[in-house]
Amino acid sequence: MTDATLSFEEAMEKYDPVLGFEVHVELNTKTKMFSSAPNVFGDEPNTNVNEVDLGMPGVLPVVNKTAIESSIKIGLALNCKIAETCRFARKNYFYPDTPKNFQTSQYDEPIAYDGYLDIELSDGTVFRVEIERAHMEEDAGKLTHMGGAAGRIQGADYSLVDYNRSGVPLVEIVTKPIQGAGSRAPELAKAYVAAVREIVKNLGVSDAKMERGNVRCDANVSLRPHGRERFGIRSETKNVNSLRAVEHAVRYEIQRHAAVLDSGEPVIQETRHWHEDTRSTTSGRAKSDADDYRYFPEPDLVPIVASREWVEELRATLPEPPAERRKRLQADWGYSDLEFRDVVNAGVMDEIEETIAAGATANVARKWWMGEIVGRAKNADVDPGQLGVKPGTIVELNTMVEAGKINNKMAAEVLDGVLAGEGTPAEIVEKRGLAVVSDDGPLLEAIDAALAAQPGVADKIRGGKVQAIGAIVGGVMKATRGQADAGRVRELILEKLGVEG
Amino acid sequence: MTENNVLIRLSASALAEKLAAGEVTSVEVTQAYLDRIAAVDGGPRGVHAFLHVNTEEALAVAAEVDAIRAAGGAAAAELHELAGVPIAVKDLIVTIGQPTTAGSKILEGWHSPYDATVVKRLRDAKMPILGKTNLDEFAMGSSTEHSAYGPTRNPWDLDRIPGGSGGGSAAAVAAFEAPLALGTDTGGSIRQPGAVTGTVGVKPTYGSVSRYGAIAMASSLDQIGPVSRTVLDSALLHQVIGGHDPHDSTSLPDPLEDLVAAARTGNVDGMKIGIIKELHGEGYQAGVENRFNESLELLKQAGAEIVEVSCPNFKYALGAYYLIMPSEASSNLAKFDGVRYGLRVLPKDAPLTIERVMGATRAAGFGDEVKRRIILGTYALSAGYYDAYYGSAQKVRTLIQRDFEAAFAQADVLISPTAPTTAFKLGEKLNDPLAMYLNDVATIPANMAGVPGLSLPGGLADEDGLPVGIQLLAPARQDARLYRVGAVLESLLEAQWGGPLLDRAPELTETVPSHGGSH
Repeated sequence: MTDATLSFEEAMEKYDPVLGFEVHVELNTKTKMFSSAPNVFGDEPNTNVNEVDLGMPGVLPVVNKTAIESSIKIGLALNCKIAETCRFARKNYFYPDTPKNFQTSQYDEPIAYDGYLDIELSDGTVFRVEIERAHMEEDAGKLTHMGGAAGRIQGADYSLVDYNRSGVPLVEIVTKPIQGAGSRAPELAKAYVAAVREIVKNLGVSDAKMERGNVRCDANVSLRPHGRERFGIRSETKNVNSLRAVEHAVRYEIQRHAAVLDSGEPVIQETRHWHEDTRSTTSGRAKSDADDYRYFPEPDLVPIVASREWVEELRATLPEPPAERRKRLQADWGYSDLEFRDVVNAGVMDEIEETIAAGATANVARKWWMGEIVGRAKNADVDPGQLGVKPGTIVELNTMVEAGKINNKMAAEVLDGVLAGEGTPAEIVEKRGLAVVSDDGPLLEAIDAALAAQPGVADKIRGGKVQAIGAIVGGVMKATRGQADAGRVRELILEKLGVEG
Repeated sequence: MTENNVLIRLSASALAEKLAAGEVTSVEVTQAYLDRIAAVDGGPRGVHAFLHVNTEEALAVAAEVDAIRAAGGAAAAELHELAGVPIAVKDLIVTIGQPTTAGSKILEGWHSPYDATVVKRLRDAKMPILGKTNLDEFAMGSSTEHSAYGPTRNPWDLDRIPGGSGGGSAAAVAAFEAPLALGTDTGGSIRQPGAVTGTVGVKPTYGSVSRYGAIAMASSLDQIGPVSRTVLDSALLHQVIGGHDPHDSTSLPDPLEDLVAAARTGNVDGMKIGIIKELHGEGYQAGVENRFNESLELLKQAGAEIVEVSCPNFKYALGAYYLIMPSEASSNLAKFDGVRYGLRVLPKDAPLTIERVMGATRAAGFGDEVKRRIILGTYALSAGYYDAYYGSAQKVRTLIQRDFEAAFAQADVLISPTAPTTAFKLGEKLNDPLAMYLNDVATIPANMAGVPGLSLPGGLADEDGLPVGIQLLAPARQDARLYRVGAVLESLLEAQWGGPLLDRAPELTETVPSHGGSH
């Protein structure tokens, strides 16, 4: 069943959106939050577990000190206050992905609270998002529903549990209600999650790969008529796991809420599931504030004491904040404001930095990412970084172009081959028989033919109108099916006509 | 009395000396205890202290100790004082190689893949583990009648309860089926069974013995501790199992005091011993009061000053305990759901959903007392009730801690009867949970405050000739004081009785005809 929606513009005309985000960040500690089992992604199911992760009788948790340090660093980077003492609590609920049937989390005593993050939108506007809290908790195991349709629990025959993820340290970052974004709400949503992702990646505390679930976003959306103080009823769209999806999901929910409100029906407070294929959400379970998790302080753990000295020591280790980093990178790379903003908005700043680190110049890196890869990513409907282009590939392609082995057109073709998994650039060039015609003999023949075909143009060039040379070069390129090096062709034409370029 | 009957009646410290002197081997000692278990534990009128007897492994460890001793040299010199002295372990504590049931059907047949820290320490000391002892299901009870595997009987009177929840450990030691045992004490589960079986039991300071591997009932109250026949023996065992454990975040970082030295050099001269006004008198059996008063008199004669202290908030302790304990238990026992281990029961009718499998498993696997406490705790933690119940109970806990602080400002050690009555009859209180709960009124305050407590035999009650327990309480981390005072009182009392109290226990008849292999 598809829900009715209003157009985004109409929704904006009538209503004012209020947003809220819960971003879960998986920390990349060596071991788990409360056990010594390895915290590694992608291993054989149920191998990175010990008696603690499996909730065996008699086990006790021990807090991972590195996870606490990472959490404090995240808190500091989000301009939060760090609690001098805080505690863990038990969130009690029965579900088979939670081996103890309670999740050890923080409830009323988060480690970090009262922060903010300044988000720069695409036109340079800065929007301040206030952070309510960042708290520590453990991840649950992963359920895979077998049989039935598309891995959904409904209609499944049975479910498999992988406890490798059980006990992986998480930091949950919760915003205060975000008001005043108006029609920029979807853009802000994407930019906020991108900023959080950038911060945790920059801190080195998380692998920050959204496609692996290292950063997961629950997006809360509600609408209220313009001018009203009181918030509307919110929906919470769970596990929106790419930046583009965050933007789309917020936009969709705004349109859906608007249609519900327009129909005179109340919005139902519920969780929603995001579907990338249809770019829409469907109803999850009804969620009310009365969900009773019977929280109480975790009696197996002592309070965490974060001395001010320790906090300051950690503050001193913080890397350059992303906003400052951006300023530095722009200066280093010599991009104009517009060029740099395009790079940031396209989400390829890190990729360009990596490409430069791999040996490309700033302009070459930008040319490739902005000129070739961003467009391909858009066509494939993924974030550019997820397309799978390695910095080394770009350097290799560029080296071949500069050496005159292939031209830009061929290089783009080779890139497609790399993305299609056909091999390395060198292999693809070899396989496809691509090579710039570098022997001047066949070129000179083609030039003679082109000049003969357009005698008027040759005269113009001789007469000093060098820009007319394009028609001859075009003719040569056509004759050589694009395999000639256009620069070399130009040199040879000028030489032949005895004109100084 | 046969040679073996003499052997099994020796204290652990006496056995340790004989083993060290080469007068007896660990295999002989261990076999003597295994024979005793075979003779008195089984059958319809058996003590039924054990749920599992670990014959082969116990004898193998004993043989290893004997071999090391026989070889002499550095390895022999490095043997722990208690090496080769057998021990029984409460079946709430997990052990590799033996089943661990927690006295519940829900864990029937489950084998732990890991050892509790205390068990590791027993293995490091090379103490043969005789087996796992009976308990109230998940340690919930004061009589061991709530065990899913049937009650344990009190060796003093087989128709009476051995206390609980650690009735199995206490009865095993009282019936000479083991010289030592491990117990766990959440509200008195080591001390009250000690009191009613004429044995010694110690609840150490919270955090001084690792809880890792003790199946949790109430995490903030649970504590593993020693069960023995003498005060010195408990000190020896406490020294083996105590000390910091990185697997238990609530475990104290400080090294243990020299508890054995405290027990060996017992002295109360000039010490102030406080009688807690609220923990004797009304509600306490006359025979219990009489023995308690005699103990006070003996301590006074030995040079102690007896003072009276008041702990007015102790009257709220039982009520607060029955909110905190079930609250924590309701959460701790959530993991028993049939998904990963233990019993799994499928519902009779469709649909076969995970919720229904969990429900059917828990309905079939838990006994009534466990269900009672899970329901109570779930209710107390529920939204809208939390502040009134769990929150208030935590405040009472703070008040109890303050009462202790004030009392310990006036006295070095506090003293009270361990339990208000002697052992009651099997079945007598089974259908009256509140009467059952009242048995722990004197032991619960120590758990609520985390302070250590020791129960030692104080004689026999006039009315029924059954053992009476005397409880000593000390400030947190001052466990040594318990051993210091306990050893003095024990020696004064034994001087009066002309020997250990357990010498007066009725001789148990063999419940199972002796088999060929017996000596």
